[in-house]
Order: sequence, then structure tokens, then C-alpha cells
Amino acid sequence: MSMINYASREINCKIVYYGPGLGGKTTNLEHVYGKVAPDTRGKLISLATETERTLFFDFLPVDLGTIRGFKTRFHLYTVPGQVYYNASRKLILKGVDGIVFVGDSQLERMEANQEAMQNLYDNMAEYGYDLTKMPFVIQYNKRDLPNASPIRDLQAALNPGWEVTDSSRMRVTPDAHHPGQNLVERLPSGEWIERAQYFEAVAVSGAGVFDTLKAVSRLVLKSLA
Amino acid sequence: MPVRAASWSFTEDDFRAITNALERFLTDCNARCALLVDRTGQLVATVGERPNFDPTAFATLTAADFSANDQLAKLIGENDFSSLFHQGEKESMYLADIARRVILVVLFDNRTTLGLVRLKMRPTVLELTQLFEQVFARAAADPGSMPNVLAGADDEIDKLFQ
Repeated sequence: MSMINYASREINCKIVYYGPGLGGKTTNLEHVYGKVAPDTRGKLISLATETERTLFFDFLPVDLGTIRGFKTRFHLYTVPGQVYYNASRKLILKGVDGIVFVGDSQLERMEANQEAMQNLYDNMAEYGYDLTKMPFVIQYNKRDLPNASPIRDLQAALNPGWEVTDSSRMRVTPDAHHPGQNLVERLPSGEWIERAQYFEAVAVSGAGVFDTLKAVSRLVLKSLA
Repeated sequence: MPVRAASWSFTEDDFRAITNALERFLTDCNARCALLVDRTGQLVATVGERPNFDPTAFATLTAADFSANDQLAKLIGENDFSSLFHQGEKESMYLADIARRVILVVLFDNRTTLGLVRLKMRPTVLELTQLFEQVFARAAADPGSMPNVLAGADDEIDKLFQ
């Protein structure tokens, strides 16, 4: 739930990084924290275990610029990836404005990715949120590893697309980030489908981290406009 | 129309009524500072001494604290814990639920006592609950009444991310 504060002229939005354990969600936030100017970000708060696994959440507020005289302030959260922390994962989704799913590209993490995606849909549904109608992007992380699955396989497993029912959206929409691919398209069966935007990343080196953040922030602001 | 959490906004009159109630309460119980935090972790208002910590981080952790305790309450068969108390050596804080959407946090030190804070908090919580329920009822009755500062700002948004 975005909050507009007229007194401090701020628009506050909440973005949650979701995904399987050890997929790189916290690393995304750490990279953002390290790269943005200190006067445009707040503290990075980590509620983690002694072994640096996220216990409850990580939190980082960042300012991404000014629109109509209002500072756009994004509250970035990560959730714990491990399955047995589901109760706290669900709590963090409360009032979310945009979601980034950080998938682990490694072949052997495919099942964990799918479980986390299913869990995301389930937890969102419990709050009455429809993920397919919200700002939602997918990041395929760890693209540099030799055992990374091909993008085509990851897309088929995690981002196969959902049916478009609104006729005003039934037009081919190219994916600006991947020439030759479409976000909305018609299948040979005649059905219209839409996929979430996706980005390839190597979060430890920072590749793709800001592309992902910019894409989801833009979608969030557009959803308010 | 995207499916989103219900939004709400309050007018200057609401804001004045809220801050007046909190200022009265702070004077009555000699507490240092009161903060109102939305359940999603956004800071709504601060009254009293200016806190010397990062209020954004504070608001986030407050909401998480309350949410975690709500779940603990459910595990032991309660609906929720309507208030929480954290005691420190010098500084303490008392948190109370307002209309199930907002949390009132009071920071106090040894210039006052927990008993006094708790005593004076009860009528303030009732007053604020009524105020916020009116605000939420208004937002629910007419969701289109909320001003949209970003309406038509698509180009400006695109420029921001070029």
C-alpha cells in the first residue's frame, strides 16, 4: 500500500524481493546499498541468524528521484527464503506494492524456485492480492555459474504466462529488454497470454540488479498514475 | 484496476485532531514522544520530542514487531495482543493497536511510570480509534475521493528511469 505524505512531500512504496533460499535476495539489497549515494538511502537493516541467513527480513529505504515535486521513496524488503520461515514471509507481503522474484539459475535449484513461486502465489492469494495484476518482475540470478539453466527453461518453468482476459490488453506488447520477445502475445491456440518482465543478473557483481529495481519501481509508479 | 491493499488518506482536519490528541496525552503522562505507524511499516505521524534515531527504520521494525506478536497471540489462542511493552534500563516503549490498522508507539523514560502511561493511554487509544475508523469509513465509502498526485505523470515517470 503506497503512502503519500503531503507534509514531507514523499511517496512511499513497498517492494518485496521473494524467492528460494540462498538465491541472492539479500545480495541484491546489499548491492543497492553499496551503490546509491548515502544521502538517498537509509540504513540497511538485517534481521538475520548468526550464520547470516535472513530470519525475518532485510530492509532498505531508497529515494529514486522526484516526480511532481514528490520524492519517490521505495522501501525494499527481502523475505527469508527458507521454507520453515513461511509465517514471517507472509507478514512481509502485507501492503506490498511491487514484487521481485529472485530465481536461482542453477539447474539443481529448479525445484526450489518452483516451490518458492507457488508459495508466493499462495501467500499473495491469502491477502486477496492477485499477482498477475500487480507490478511483478522476475530476476534470474547467478547467470555466471557454469551450471546455470538456459533462460528458455527457466521461463517455461517459472514464467509461462497467465491468460489475458481483459480485451483491451489483447495486443502484442514487445519486451523492451529482450528484442524479438513479447510480454503479451497470442499463442497458436488462439489464447492471449502475458508474462512478467524478466532480467538476468549476477547479484554478487551487481549485474542486472539496478535494471530489476528500476523496472519494478517504474511499474509501481505507473500503477499509481 | 490493479488489485491492491485498501488505501486511505486523511485530511488536514484529521491530522490536527490526531496530533492534538497525542499532544494532550504526552503532556498528561509526561512521555517523550509518540509515533503513529501504519501496519505495513510506514510512519504516519510523530509528536513530541524529535526522535534521534532513523524513524523509517523504527516504523518498519515496529510493524514487524506487532505482526510477529499477532501471530504469537494466535498460536496461544488469542485474537491479538492489543498492546505491547518493551522495558529498557532508561528508555521504554509502549505500543497499542488503533483500529487494527495503525500502531501507537509511546517512548518514555524514568521521568514517568508505566502505570501512568498505561492509564492515560486508554482514553487516547479510544479517541484515536474513533478518529481512524471515521477516516477508514470515508475511504471505503468513496475510494475515488483520494487525490492522485501521479495522475497523468506517465512521461515524467519514464524520464525518471531513462
